[in-house]
Amino acid sequence: MVLVLALVAALWLLASVTADHMRARGIRSGFDFLLDPAGFDIGEGWLAFEPSQPYWRAFLAGLVNTIRAAVPALVGCSLLGLLVGVGRLSSNPLVRGACRAWIEVVRNVPLLLQLLAWYLVLTEFLPGADEPGGWAGIAQWSKAGLALGGEGGPLLSPEYLALVIGLAVYTSAYVAEVVRAGVQAVPAGQWEAAAALGLPARVEWREVVLPQAMRLAIPPLANQYINLVKNSSLAVAIGYPDLVSIANTAINQSGRAVECIAVLAAVYLLLSLSTAFGMDRFNRRALRHGG
Amino acid sequence: MAAVRPIVSARAKPAGPSAWSSWRRHVAGSPTQVVLTLLVVAVAGWALAHFLQWAVLDAVWQPDADRCQAARGTGACWGVVAEKWRLVLLGRYPVDGTWRIVTGSIALLAGVAASLWLAPRSPRWLLAWPSGLLVFAWLAGGGPGLEAVPTDLWGGLPLTLFLTASTMLLAFPVAILLALGRRSALPALRAACTVWIELVRGVPLVPVLFIASFVFPLLLSPGRSPDLLARVVVALALFAAAYMAEVVRGGLQSVPKGQLEAAASIGLGWWGAQRAVVLPQALRAAVPALTNNALSLLKETSLVTIVSLYELTGAVSLALGSDPEWRPFKVELFLVAGAIYFVLCFALARASARLELPQEMA
Repeated sequence: MVLVLALVAALWLLASVTADHMRARGIRSGFDFLLDPAGFDIGEGWLAFEPSQPYWRAFLAGLVNTIRAAVPALVGCSLLGLLVGVGRLSSNPLVRGACRAWIEVVRNVPLLLQLLAWYLVLTEFLPGADEPGGWAGIAQWSKAGLALGGEGGPLLSPEYLALVIGLAVYTSAYVAEVVRAGVQAVPAGQWEAAAALGLPARVEWREVVLPQAMRLAIPPLANQYINLVKNSSLAVAIGYPDLVSIANTAINQSGRAVECIAVLAAVYLLLSLSTAFGMDRFNRRALRHGG
Repeated sequence: MAAVRPIVSARAKPAGPSAWSSWRRHVAGSPTQVVLTLLVVAVAGWALAHFLQWAVLDAVWQPDADRCQAARGTGACWGVVAEKWRLVLLGRYPVDGTWRIVTGSIALLAGVAASLWLAPRSPRWLLAWPSGLLVFAWLAGGGPGLEAVPTDLWGGLPLTLFLTASTMLLAFPVAILLALGRRSALPALRAACTVWIELVRGVPLVPVLFIASFVFPLLLSPGRSPDLLARVVVALALFAAAYMAEVVRGGLQSVPKGQLEAAASIGLGWWGAQRAVVLPQALRAAVPALTNNALSLLKETSLVTIVSLYELTGAVSLALGSDPEWRPFKVELFLVAGAIYFVLCFALARASARLELPQEMA
């Protein structure tokens, strides 16, 4: 009881001291600014945004943009991670070596450096916007980005592509290790039983090994997915207008640093919790079906 | 009256498949293996050939901007490394102080290495870590006997090393307290530690760095806030401590309950039992996972670029950001920086594998 009171008192003291200092410097505080017009542009995204629209809508557009990048990266890292993780256990030493090299290189270099490098490669080595490369009618690429469905299709910017590719590649190394640990934990008797039934390798993996490995792998996989969502915040470094990058602009425009960061923290907590919740549901389903 | 059994001499080990034939079987034993092998060879060969063409055959090795410009897109320009290596490795640190920051970095590394290798033998060696940091701070920052260099001029690789080493050191005691608090019998303390750990782990590092750079100065009276580097180290430490606390908690859970009871039976109080009996065992069990924390932290220090501290990653952008002549050759510098991170992380991972050996024997 004493401890609770002490904690509450400490928090109250901290808040009032901060408020005093902010008043002393003539900084206005409060969340009312969320209704003011934002006055800045957002380069791209699914939610159309005009400078005359309020701050809360800018934050919403940022959140939508974060999800727009995180979801394809989640799918990409899962597929790539599964491939590399299984390859890491192949009996073929060349395949094993290549997958090991992938994992070691990818996870021993900071994600920020990888994102900057992907962005640079996309903007430096692709053909100019006036002479794009492409496959007839399906996709066109240039320094301006990737256009799907030929002329007039949606244009994916290099910032967006670098973020999605970078996140998927980086997280794939961790997913691969999770998959490997899961597969290695499947009892040898299960492999032997599958072999005794004369199942072909493909069926053995798909029907016997992977379903059991997945059950072990789901909780650590959930951690990696949460990490990916949080890591999408590095978009601010390459100029993709995700939630953090928009909060950063909002801090500079409105001067409400405390409030903007509180919004950021709350939204990311919500994102992490909902990822965890979704993975938990998935986990329960996997356990039920595995019986 | 046991019958005397004739001694049977051991048979030779049956001749298994030779290394070569088993290798061949795995590489080209079945149609699937052949396809896989060919696929790996083709992709790796294609990538390697292109890389070699770009990085070696068509590369420009002299710091000659015009020739680099001519080779742009087809060959690498390693001349940029010769031109910019100082900015990338040391940031904006004053040129005549180079010896100071280099010697400081060596002292810091020596301190950390001594702690890692010798602390299992005698805990006294743990003091080498803070000593190395103090020597670094004195040599790099100045003070008694040396001219002062403001911390915003620190940069490059030494800043990366300093951030990692000082953050780990600061985070460690906080993590132990958080972990003990989360297992405490006092509900309020337990709840407070749990909320803190989960709150910090649910938020990315970037907003935490924003707090250090924008919000923290508001907490203190105007003009009295410590400099940015100190604020960032504290923020990084509080952030890392939440993750480390979970690792320490895992270690604490691995210590059998009987150990605590045995400590109580010889009359040790709660603190005494934790200090003398439980923590040494828990921390030893947590060492491999703690090195994983150090590895992530080493990579995460690159994010301080976002709040304008130019460690290794930031120094690359700093070196070329304002130089239109050399700006197109950032890829080469990113490769160099990536190689440095790779070597550091790889060495740390090996060191942690070495640290696991003694406790397996114990």
